[in-house]
Amino acid sequence: MNTEILGVILTFILTVVCAIPLGKYIAKVFGGEATFLDTVFNPIEKLFFQISGINPKQEMTWKQHLTALLTINLLWFLWAMFILMNQGWLPWNPDGNPSMSADLAFNTAISFLANTNLQHYSGESGMSYLGQIACLTLFQFISAGAGMAVCAMVFNAMKERTTDKLGNFYNYFLKSCTRILLPLSLVVALVTLFNGTPMNVEGKASFISMQGDTVQVSRGPAAAMIGIKQIGTNGGGYFGVNSAHPLENPNYLTNIVEVGSIILIPIAMVFALGYYLKRKKLAYTIFGVMTLGFLLFLIPSIYLEMNGNTAIERMGITQQMGSMEGKEVRFGSAASAYWGIATTVTSNGSVNAMHDSFTPLTGMFTLLGMMINALYGGVGVGFLNFYVFIIIAVFISGLMVGRTPEFLGKKIEAREMKIATIIALLHPLMILGATALSSFIFVKNPEIGWLNNPSFHGFSEMLYEYTSSAANNGSGFEGLGDNTLWWNISCGIVMVLSRFLPIIGPVAIAGILANKKYIPESAGTLKTDTGTFGLMVFAVIFIVAALSFFPALTLGPIAEYFNGFRV
Amino acid sequence: MKTQPTSLFQADLVKEAFAASFVKLNPKIMFRNPVMFTVELGTLVMLFVTIYSINHTDQGSFAYNLTVLIILFLTLLFANFAEAIAEARGKAQADSLRKTREETPAKVIKQVGEMYLNEIQIVNSAQLRKGDVFVCEAGDTIPTDGEIIEGLATIDESAITGESAPVIRESGGDKSSVTGGTKVLSDKIKVIVTTEPGESFLDKMIALVEGASRQKTPNEIALTILLAGFTLIFIIVCVALKPFADYANTPITIAAFISLFVCLIPTTIGGLLSAIGIAGMDRALRANVITKSGKAVETAGDIDVLLLDKTGTITIGNRKATNFYAANGTDNKTFMNAVVLSSLADDTPEGKSIIELAGSHGLKIPTLQNDVELIKFTAETRSSGVNLPNGTRIRKGAFDSMKNLAENAGNTFPSEIADKVKFIASNGGTPLVVTQNEKVLGVIELQDIIKVGIQERFERLRKMGIKTVMVTGDNPLTAKYIAEKAGVDDFIAEAKPEDKMNYIKAEQASGKLVAMMGDGTNDAPALAQSDVGVAMNSGTVAAKEAGNMVDLDNDPTKLIEIVEIGKQLLMTRGTLTTFSIANDVAKYFAIVPALFIASIPSLQGLNIMHLHSPESAILSAVIFNALIIPALIPLALRGVDYKPIGASALLRRNLLIYGLGGVIIPFIGIKVLDLAVGMFF
Repeated sequence: MNTEILGVILTFILTVVCAIPLGKYIAKVFGGEATFLDTVFNPIEKLFFQISGINPKQEMTWKQHLTALLTINLLWFLWAMFILMNQGWLPWNPDGNPSMSADLAFNTAISFLANTNLQHYSGESGMSYLGQIACLTLFQFISAGAGMAVCAMVFNAMKERTTDKLGNFYNYFLKSCTRILLPLSLVVALVTLFNGTPMNVEGKASFISMQGDTVQVSRGPAAAMIGIKQIGTNGGGYFGVNSAHPLENPNYLTNIVEVGSIILIPIAMVFALGYYLKRKKLAYTIFGVMTLGFLLFLIPSIYLEMNGNTAIERMGITQQMGSMEGKEVRFGSAASAYWGIATTVTSNGSVNAMHDSFTPLTGMFTLLGMMINALYGGVGVGFLNFYVFIIIAVFISGLMVGRTPEFLGKKIEAREMKIATIIALLHPLMILGATALSSFIFVKNPEIGWLNNPSFHGFSEMLYEYTSSAANNGSGFEGLGDNTLWWNISCGIVMVLSRFLPIIGPVAIAGILANKKYIPESAGTLKTDTGTFGLMVFAVIFIVAALSFFPALTLGPIAEYFNGFRV
Repeated sequence: MKTQPTSLFQADLVKEAFAASFVKLNPKIMFRNPVMFTVELGTLVMLFVTIYSINHTDQGSFAYNLTVLIILFLTLLFANFAEAIAEARGKAQADSLRKTREETPAKVIKQVGEMYLNEIQIVNSAQLRKGDVFVCEAGDTIPTDGEIIEGLATIDESAITGESAPVIRESGGDKSSVTGGTKVLSDKIKVIVTTEPGESFLDKMIALVEGASRQKTPNEIALTILLAGFTLIFIIVCVALKPFADYANTPITIAAFISLFVCLIPTTIGGLLSAIGIAGMDRALRANVITKSGKAVETAGDIDVLLLDKTGTITIGNRKATNFYAANGTDNKTFMNAVVLSSLADDTPEGKSIIELAGSHGLKIPTLQNDVELIKFTAETRSSGVNLPNGTRIRKGAFDSMKNLAENAGNTFPSEIADKVKFIASNGGTPLVVTQNEKVLGVIELQDIIKVGIQERFERLRKMGIKTVMVTGDNPLTAKYIAEKAGVDDFIAEAKPEDKMNYIKAEQASGKLVAMMGDGTNDAPALAQSDVGVAMNSGTVAAKEAGNMVDLDNDPTKLIEIVEIGKQLLMTRGTLTTFSIANDVAKYFAIVPALFIASIPSLQGLNIMHLHSPESAILSAVIFNALIIPALIPLALRGVDYKPIGASALLRRNLLIYGLGGVIIPFIGIKVLDLAVGMFF
């Protein structure tokens, strides 16, 4: 078999093999069991809890969880706005990069807070080291940790009992950061570090190239950020071109580790659910559905990218390596397509190739991954999105077998359906609504100047930008003049709503269900850990989530694809 | 189930429903159904577009717009017709019951001061109020529902149950209720009215099948929310398409927008939803079950545990004497003689069977003398018997009470009889010990006869996932034997009324839904406690008030049918929702290429059905969307078949038929329609 494909298969299998024990470990952490890192972190945590006056043993209701989550997020937002808008004069700015404008700071603060990491700036010229460390890298930890903390609460709520006491948010949050994110990102950081990624606070280095030009090379505390941006489905790179940059992703080995880190925790969270609830079969069913969708996007994408670009082919150029526009030679087309799909089905958003240059249908698959946003999904929040689809699928299939729908022994009634429906509705509303507004503005003012490719491709670029924002993904199709007032503000609003409402919804559903009477399984109960039910969830995801975007996709990548055949 | 073999569409009902379809176009009524309400708004917009296109061409030809308008209008009518025909059928069924309670004269005993005088006044049945007392004699039709307070009568209830054999109703017991419209065949009874006019169970049921006052059940509300959500998503999709199309320089006509929208929203289930609910109530009524709420029928579909009385449900009710065992030292003939004497006055089937058995043993049956003293059965003594004029006391009764009786008098209870008692009990029989002057003579074996076919019914319940529990006054040994023989999962032996209650509470505490059938006043608390309580129509008023359904046939196994009706109701909603949503795949592939093909010709590649032209593609999709509603009305009215094959297998089956079918059928349907429509557009 082709070594490129073999490399991709190896990467995926390695990731899943690592995710299973990690899932078991995460279940232990959330279950409050002792783990090997306790000796290091327990005293530190205790100190933190004492200072802040938090009793980590005090259990909270789902509403208290949400209040805690939203409050700390608001504080972090203010902190980020301050640093970003003043980094020019604040210390640790050896390259003398300027402070951000208000709208760019708003966009960047929300972007990192919302685990999106959409970057309308370029790291080399737009951020100080203080900003990178005390704001961006910090947020990459805490946004991922917050997502995992609410997911832990939902796991807790799915247990077989009736209660409104669902663990302590701060405890889950801190444990997620110290026991899961920190050690894992440290491993990734070390791998990249030993392969050549810089980790210092020095300014630009210069060297004279073989052509005799003097080249300035940005450096800085990169390795630390790369570890967490991959592990925490953040995706915001240290350098502007993200993991396509030779210092951010030096070779094929680091590429395997980095792309593996993208989906590692999202997959492990599913297995963690199985271990935590002692429902391994349910976890395998969910993993199966997610993987089926993932492969459905991945396989054609790899095929298309390795087959080359039809437009280039018509120019009479042979493409032995496949479609290489916008890709790095050290990774090749298969590994780039794999990264492209992995980073979009999860809400990661780091890239090792330019998505703008993918062949049209691969572009569509990356879009679809974000439109569904629940195939693995972001750390913690990916499962929450999937949970909403489960609720809808349980409801319809419960009716189909003639029984009031129930999920894990809890009845699904009007109130839960209302919340689930609103959340399912939100994603198309955000993406289609915002893209429609932009299209409208562009049609009225064709000279507005922030769209470089008017045509189907330009439409794909706008659609991608909002899809990426709404999915809290953060990757860009680029080609947009995105550091402008319109894009900064509109994307910021889409990001903040699409981050917190889809957390509030499933948390509320889980909290309400946890408080309901537990009904033990009987012969008439519909089992949710079977292939049939998995298929049902899959159908719901595709018909409800993917098909609503069909008309939009038709005008973007699909039209572009069919136009490619036209000579 | 007694189902009248009527066709789904009787001519007169269709006519009535057709007229109602137009009345229901009133936006105020339509608003109750958010999905169809948006279709109505779309139709209104199309009306203006059609008028506009008479002398403008930028919105497509007049003929095309007019066709779309007509199809949309038909879609609305079809949906209304579905609801109207379901209502008409329900009403027709209710009317046939209501006919039984047309105005009849009632002989009311007039109340003067604090006492009832025997002055009889003839008033109209409509004027009867709760608490009034009336008299009925042989040949009278009972004017309204009530409870017998004095007397006993044979009553022909065929008007309600369809059963021609007359039944006995008498005051005091568990069979004291009479129903309006039934006829007294013999004797005279005094009856107290138990309901205000217009508030009887039947009146409540009639309201349930008449759309206006029908309250949505919780499941229906949740489904309506989901469908409204889908509708909103497609509003977003269609509205956003306008600027998208402007960006791509692709003009899209208003007709195309509205067609896309109407095709995508779940009109199939939206149009049939209320028809399904009404048809469910109607099916219950056809099964001769009166429910107090739609919710009760749906809850029945979720039942986990079913409590059934043994007598009359599992066994045919009458125990038969099968053997006499005399004690050592007692002559067989003496024993039989005593047995017969004690049973002569016993009118119960059991008593009669004892005499029959003695007769078959060659005993000459004496006639009953007038001077014997009859001792009636009471719950305390748990025995009955006679005192003969010569002072001989003969008693027969349960083992423990007779043992007490003998031992208190200083007599020993013979060990061989004790063994026999155990033997009979462990074989499912009921031992009846006979004493003469407190000395044990022997034991009679009574055997329960299990109803034919009851095992199959319990097997079916088990497959549905319902646990059956037999409630009996028998001792545990007997109960166990019968339970095993009949195939019930559990039993409550030597049951007192509070035992039932405790059992129900315990099951409910573990999250189970419990159903029970009952008729007696002492069943009332348990009926009220259970999630689905079905009272026999012959039962006491207290029982009927406590339950949430009344079975007119007094058939204790009726619950199986009720459970199936409940399940069918949910299943029909679920499968049609799936079908409706699955249809969208084909509709997208018909309409989306049609929208853009004019300005982006390369999108022809997306026209996988090779539809003739954009207009034809859109029209075919809308026509298919409209026609599928009437095509599915029969299914909505009859309900999707329930098969007790386990939840996962059932899901697989329905997903295959209605999910996969829902994806494939519209592809075929739209293509076929396009072949026809393509000739004109």
